Amino acid sequence: MDIAALRIGSYELHSRLIMGTGGITDLSALERALVQSGTTLTTVAMRRYSPETKTSVFSMLERLGIDVLPNTAGCYTVKDTVLTAELAREALETDLIKVEVIADEKTLLPDVIETLEATEQLADRGFIPMVYTSDDPAVALRLEQAGAAAVMPLGAPIGTGLGILNPHNIELICSRASVPVVLDAGIGAASQAALAVELGCSAVLVASAVTRAQDPTAMAEAMRLAVEAGVHSARAGRIPKREHALASSPAAGLINPLEDLT
Amino acid sequence: MTTVRINDRDVDLPEPATVVDAVAHTTGRELTAAGVPADGGRLGVAVALEGEVVPRSRWAATELVAGHQLEIVTAVQGG
Repeated sequence: MDIAALRIGSYELHSRLIMGTGGITDLSALERALVQSGTTLTTVAMRRYSPETKTSVFSMLERLGIDVLPNTAGCYTVKDTVLTAELAREALETDLIKVEVIADEKTLLPDVIETLEATEQLADRGFIPMVYTSDDPAVALRLEQAGAAAVMPLGAPIGTGLGILNPHNIELICSRASVPVVLDAGIGAASQAALAVELGCSAVLVASAVTRAQDPTAMAEAMRLAVEAGVHSARAGRIPKREHALASSPAAGLINPLEDLT
Repeated sequence: MTTVRINDRDVDLPEPATVVDAVAHTTGRELTAAGVPADGGRLGVAVALEGEVVPRSRWAATELVAGHQLEIVTAVQGG
């Protein structure tokens, strides 16, 4: 069965696995992982131009035909976030922006108050905001009302690989959302990416789990397969959870060996 | 020469300097007046002057004066 493209605002997302590019120094290893992941959308950060970095990531993504999703990582305030988004739109010629407004450097948790305001301003300015947020279902709804084209709750704090700490919240966010939900942050293993989709997420963003894996290319493939499996599993309709066992073999026609032997 | 501050560094540009000159100097690429690389391809760079984004279409018409602060940014690995 084919997996249909996902509409995020006016953007069409083809692969349900969004990749990050941080956490790896070897650009050719990153390239192999991106190709193996089958991703069609990949995040970048915006920083001062330096002769060392030049525009290598951007050129690479362009060469691979992968769309760029600029983020506002490192921003703490609405003002910085909006300026970073405007610079990203100008530099990369895309209206997509992954809104990331963090509260502090230690936890990297989103500041949802600033995030909400930034989302509203960016939506007003014609951006397609994909918004990194906490796993709070009430906040997710508010972001949607403020103009988020996609809501991106964390499974666990960035880079921890702890998976989905509150599956119930993620499921609740997905069940009430009328925009796509993308699980962002916290994924460590492929099974967790599959779970995210089974819980109702439309896509999954994975960065460190691949780029910092011992074998990034192998993990990229595992993530691609897991997300696909998750889509198929969610579509197939799982059995309800039960308190007690339910035999799958018929009870009728059982032999009685003791009787037969006497 | 006009001394402007680009990404927190003092840079001398021949007068009259515009944003196109500042970007060409920083990236080391030859740019047309429209702010696109002379060799084709995409530049992937954006400019903020005194905290405001200057759209590429206005680079050539935006003259720089001594002491102007510019941020020239691009995409790097992240997220």
